[in-house]
Amino acid sequence: MALSSEQLDRYSRHIILKEVGLRGQKKLMQAKVLIIGAGGLGSPAAMYLAAAGVGTIGIADADEVDLSNLQRQILHATADVGKPKVDSARETIAALNPDVTVICHHLFVSAANVMELIEPYDFVIDGTDNFAAKFLINDACVLAGKPFSHAGIIRFHGQLMTYVPGRGPCYRCVFRQPPPKDAVPTCREAGVIGAMAGVIGCMQALEAVKYIVGVGDLLTGRLLTFDALDMEVRPISLPENPDCPVCGKHPTILQPFDEGVVECDLK
Amino acid sequence: MKILISGKPAEAEDGITILQLMEREQVETPQYVTVAVNNAFIPMDRYACYALQEGDAVEFLYYTGGGCDGAEQ
Repeated sequence: MALSSEQLDRYSRHIILKEVGLRGQKKLMQAKVLIIGAGGLGSPAAMYLAAAGVGTIGIADADEVDLSNLQRQILHATADVGKPKVDSARETIAALNPDVTVICHHLFVSAANVMELIEPYDFVIDGTDNFAAKFLINDACVLAGKPFSHAGIIRFHGQLMTYVPGRGPCYRCVFRQPPPKDAVPTCREAGVIGAMAGVIGCMQALEAVKYIVGVGDLLTGRLLTFDALDMEVRPISLPENPDCPVCGKHPTILQPFDEGVVECDLK
Repeated sequence: MKILISGKPAEAEDGITILQLMEREQVETPQYVTVAVNNAFIPMDRYACYALQEGDAVEFLYYTGGGCDGAEQ
């Protein structure tokens, strides 16, 4: 794979980095990253990965752009209100970098489609807004042996962690199961600073780039928390959880399932 | 006694339990907060009886859900 002179120019600030170089840039251009949720976190993640020249970016989202999204969801513009987010995302990315192939998945992620959805990708970014989806993505990625970045944001607070098979705990090791509905506030109820989505979504893009290029220390075994009010960033060391129901020694979750759905008793 | 709460030195009464510390620190919805002491997860049903010791490092890990804010799934 040879880069055109335009590509050498476009990616010159990457190529000049000793940690990336031409070799790392080629890895990025051959990589496939899936972003689930083209919202607050998915927007900056998608734009920086597109700008970085990631070869294929999948965008999964079932929603249409709403006016209240535009305070932080920078993939979408005022004229996009009412349009499917995946279409708006594809147009924004195409304008930014025509090198990137965008694959739109206009769907809600569910137990029925998640394994097929993530299968072709090298890395998954969880940019969803609800716990059912976050646990589903975690379980599917653990079961498929797929690395992914988890993140969440609320008010002035954000957190993220990275899962890589065999390199530390998964999301379910830390948080056993989704909290009951309305037990913890959502951004819709509690609000969120728009730039918080930018900071944390960009960190997710950074983790994807580091994983693809193969440099640095990922946030495996660590939960990075960011409090914007006092500007405190803390990576919290996460213990292993041998009792984890999905990645532990004796797993009981053997296939993805939709949280909150009462299942028939098949035992 | 001296302990660490979220990496910061703090004073605590001898024998304070995790739940008492959470109440003192005004931790919201303690039943939905994961607690690690000295880099080990503490089962939720032990918060009320687990007595902290001098030098313990306590971390509170919060569910943080937002990110996309689209339709409910």
